[in-house]
Formats: sequence, C-alpha cells, structure tokens
Amino acid sequence: MQTALIIEQLLNGLQFGVMLFLMAAGLTLIFGVMGLINLAHGSLYMVGAFACAAVAAWTGSFWLGLIASLAAAAAAGAIVELVVIRRLYDRDHLDQVLATFALILIFSEGTRWVFGSFPLYLDIPALLSGTVPLPGGSRYQLYRLAIIGVGVAVAVGLFLLISKTRLGMRIRAGESDREMIGALGVDVATLYTLVFALGAALAGLAGAMVGAIQSVQVGMGEPVLILAFVVIVIGGIGSIRGALIGAILVGVTDTMGRFLLPQTLMLFMPPSQAAMIGGAIASMLIYLLMAVVLALKPRGLFPAQG
Amino acid sequence: MKKLIAAAALGLSLSVSFAMAETVKVGMITTTSGGGAGLGIDVRDGFLLAVKNAGADIEVIVEDDAQKPEIAVQLADKMIQSDQVDLLTGIIWSNLAMAVVPSVTAQGKIYISPNAGPSPLAGAQCNENYFNVAWQNDNLHEAMGAYANDAGYKNTFIMAPNYPAGTDALNGFKRFYKGELAGEVYTQLGQTDYAAEIAQIRAAGADSLFFFLPGGMGIAFMKQYAQSDVGVPAMGPAFSFSQDILGAVGDAALGVKNSSQWNKDIDNAANKQFVETFQAEYGRLPSLYASQGYDAANLIISAMGKADVHDTDAFRAALKEADFDSVRGDFKFGNNNHPIQDIYVREVVKEGDVITNKIIATAFEDHQDAYAAECGM
Repeated sequence: MQTALIIEQLLNGLQFGVMLFLMAAGLTLIFGVMGLINLAHGSLYMVGAFACAAVAAWTGSFWLGLIASLAAAAAAGAIVELVVIRRLYDRDHLDQVLATFALILIFSEGTRWVFGSFPLYLDIPALLSGTVPLPGGSRYQLYRLAIIGVGVAVAVGLFLLISKTRLGMRIRAGESDREMIGALGVDVATLYTLVFALGAALAGLAGAMVGAIQSVQVGMGEPVLILAFVVIVIGGIGSIRGALIGAILVGVTDTMGRFLLPQTLMLFMPPSQAAMIGGAIASMLIYLLMAVVLALKPRGLFPAQG
Repeated sequence: MKKLIAAAALGLSLSVSFAMAETVKVGMITTTSGGGAGLGIDVRDGFLLAVKNAGADIEVIVEDDAQKPEIAVQLADKMIQSDQVDLLTGIIWSNLAMAVVPSVTAQGKIYISPNAGPSPLAGAQCNENYFNVAWQNDNLHEAMGAYANDAGYKNTFIMAPNYPAGTDALNGFKRFYKGELAGEVYTQLGQTDYAAEIAQIRAAGADSLFFFLPGGMGIAFMKQYAQSDVGVPAMGPAFSFSQDILGAVGDAALGVKNSSQWNKDIDNAANKQFVETFQAEYGRLPSLYASQGYDAANLIISAMGKADVHDTDAFRAALKEADFDSVRGDFKFGNNNHPIQDIYVREVVKEGDVITNKIIATAFEDHQDAYAAECGM
C-alpha cells in the first residue's frame, strides 16, 4: 500500500509540475525574447478558464470550451501586446511591473463585471472521467493522466518549434540580439505579438484544463503566477528546458513535502501538532528549494545564453 | 408630581426619537475579491438587504480586505480615524479577525462579527465590545462530531486549512467525536489542488471523511474528490457545502451531510421574509453567510431603537439583549457575547434544477461554545 501511495503522489507531483510548466513556458519565453516581466500572465490563465467554462456551459461540450480557451487567451494576449505591452519594451522593468500589475486589476474587475463574483461550473469531459488502476492496487484519475500527456506533448512541440522551424530560429535570434534581426529584415513587431499570443494561449490552456478540477473564479491566476515565477527563477530565466525541469522539480517537491513531512514529524510528536507544523514547513519548501538553487547557481539551473 | 412624570416621559420619548433619528455609520471590512469573495459578498448583500427592509438610518461603508490581514488592519484604522464610523463589522476570515478585532475593541469601538469566531476571542481574550452574531468557530464542527457518532462512523479522516478557524474546526470535531482518527491533515489556506491529500485519504482506510474548506477551496476539493472515486462518504460544516459554492460543485455534492445554524427552510416569519426578499433583490438563493449579515444588521437596528450609538455603554447593553427576530429562530448571547443557538444537520438535495440544502435533524439545542467559561465577563 505504501509504495502505491508513493507512486500516486509522484504522479500528482508530475501533474502539478506539468501544469506549472504550461504557465512558466509562456512566462519565460516572453521574458527571454522580449525582456518583459509580465505579471498579467495569471490573468490570461483566468481568461482561458472562464472562456472554457462559459463555452462549455453554452454548448455542452468541454472540447469546444478548450478550443475557445486557446482562442480567447491568444486573442487577449495579442490585444494586450498591441495596446499596452508594445510601449513597454524599452522601458525599465519597474514600469513593466507597474503596467502589467494594472492589467491584473483590469482583467479581474472586468471578469467580475461580466461573470459575477461567484465561481463558475466546469466539469471534466465524460471521456476522461473515472480512474485507472495503478500498480500496487491504488487508482489514479484519468483526467490528471491526460494533463500529464498534454503537458509532455506541449513540451515536445515547443522544443520542435524552437529548434526546427523558421519561427523558432527567429525567436532564438530575437533572444540573442533583437536589433540585429530587425536590421536583417525580420518584422520584429509581428514576431513579438506572435510570441506573446503563443505564451498567452499556453496559459489559457493551463487555465482551462485546471479549471475543470479546481474552481473557475476571479483571482485564480495569481497564486499560480507566483509559483510560475519560482519555476523560471529555478530553471533559469528565458530557458524552456529550464522551465520544464524547474516545473517538475517544484511540482514534485511541493507534493512530496506536503505528504512526507507531516508523516516524518509524526514519528516524534503528537499527530495533530505534526500535521500542523509539517503542513506549515511543506508550504515553505519550494521557496527553500529556490533559495538553495540560487545560492549554488545564481542564474538558475539552465541559464539562457546572452 | 404628575406633571413632573409627564414631562420626564415626554423628555424621555424625545430623547429616544432623537437617538433613532441619528444616522449610524457602520464600517464593513469584508472580502469582495479573490477566492473568498463569494462569502464577503453574501455577508454584504445580506446586511444591506436588512437595512433596506427595515428602512433603517444606517450608512454602510464597505471596503475590500482581499483576504489579507495587513490590508484589513489598515482599513480598520482608516475607518476609525478618517471615516469616524460608529461600529465595525464584516470580517470573514479568522486570521484577519485576530489581526483587527483586539485593537478595534481596545480603542473602545464595538465590533460585530458576522462570520469569524476564533476561539481566543470567545475565551481568554473576550471583550465587552466584541459581539459575534454568527457562531464560535468550533460550533458547527462540534455538531458534525456528534453526527459522526450517530451515523456509526468509527474511523474518520479529518482535514482543514492551517489557520485559526482550521485548528478550531478540527478541535471542535474531536471534542464530540468518539471514534478513532484515520488521519489528520492541515492544508494550506487558499490551496486549490488536493491530489496529495486525496491520495492519503484513499490509503488511510477511513470509513468517513470530515473536511472544513470554505469558498473556492471547498469547490476544488469536492470536485476532485468526486472525480477520484475514493468511495469514502464525506461530511463537513455548512461552509463546505454552502449555497455560494454548491452551484459550482454540481451533482458531486448531492446527499452529503453538513451542519448549520441556519437554512432557508427554517420556518419563521423573519426567515421567510429574508429568503423571499433576498431572491427578489439579488436573483439567487441566500447562503448562511447572507443570513449572518442579515442578522448582524438586524441586531444593530434593534439596538438603535433602544439607545444612542454615541452612548457606548447603553448601546452595548442594548446589543447584548439581542432583541431582534433572528432568521434562525431562537438566538441569545452567552456571557462571552457569542450565540447560544440550535444547530442542525442538513443534507444536500436537488430542488428542480437548483442544488441546495434541507434540514434533516437537530444536532444541538441551545448550544453554547466550549470557551465561554474561560471568559472573565
């Protein structure tokens, strides 16, 4: 039973990590290519979840909702880039933080205005409901396995996109020297809008998939955003590979910490105290991980070039 | 002599009507943004509805604390010093209440809690200026502990967030529950993914699950729990199954038992008027939080009819009488200004298309909290 539990918890950690990767990939791509700190990334996650819930409620199909979430988040991302972000590339990081923080407030209040303050209903599709048996006699939720699958597919897709395609080549070139590729005749403005929309679509996808197992509500993006920042700091800012490794490290550390710490403490203190203290330390664990990584490798595990 | 009495009576009635004519300024610090917004908005709407129904001369200043203690403390200072409010109310979360209430009451202001009831404020740190019109935190959980015995559960897994109301919840449950504990877990406040905890519940071999997760936390957990086919029956306080979250949880909650001091089917005139006017005004069913906001306002209105709000001693005495028609029926304050009231067991049912609660049993009659004896009042 104990091994089954550990396998299940490892899968949980992996699933959490993969979900964080979808958020962190967009964040790190935008930072790597454009040098922009986008605090509003969590809002795009929320836009994806709300679009999925609204379309799923209207049409009755989760899959249409999923497509809508990609489209809505990408569109929101493109509009935000064209209207606001475009003016910030040459500005100080502090200005970017201020402007994108304002975007969080605008998105949150706008969503509240349209959908109200109460959480929306979004359930997992019938095709993916239910559980599958795990070795050791436990069971695992099929939908969470599907999230892991989607995350891995996105990681492979992003790797191919960046290393094998012309667009990827331009993204890499833009990371190293944006003035030079502009001089070589690449339309930098369009490239930036595309990258921003891509990052936004990934955040929207994460929001829609997670919305089906959590609650779709205003402000759902901010806690995830903080974790996504931890991930890209650990992984090395600007690196997709770093984001993947960092996300899985954070996901597994967080899940295993929440599970193992209280159990370990229980060996030498009363259960209720162990549960409380263990739970409190577990919530700090990923920040400790970040501190250790920064102490040993100040630029993260896989620093991007440049 | 007769003239003198008549003059005194006249003077008295004049002063009473004068007291009633003055606008009372109420500062409401509550959560209207983020994952806990549903609770704060229901408290606010219930409160404003009572003011409107009574046509009372109350000015309510509502501010959002965003569920953050430091913001709540700033708001309390601002409301006392620059808005010069007469009374404060509204806080949903116990960690915020612990940060705000002691300093408010120490400044001689009266605070009326429409929700949070952390144990220290009911026991050793009780204060004559602090009134709780909802419950002491442990109360509903105690009722579920008693229910678990009645239902024959012997090995319950218990879970709550790691903050003052979470520890109060599990302590309250354990105070009345007689069986074994299959496990005890504290989650993070605001946590949205419960896969790790669900795996532990599955592995623990429990015969039942008791959990306290208000607001968005409850929605996320209940959905994930139902999707994971654990097969262990769940129960909890009303906060895990209140009207504001049932719509988002969906059918997964049907049949679950939970405890509450209020439900929309309690049969009295005040409750009938409350449920009808709330639906007419806001187009949704009220939750227990809305009922608490409604009662908080009616408590203040009842005291306004008896005393001038600027005469703090008289106003406090008028509040303590609790001379209002509570939507939950019988209601009175104990020595520590916390309620003595009945607590019910409810079941989640479907009425037409709407998922809601129905009372199936009474867990406690005239129940008082366990900390009243520690209070020196």
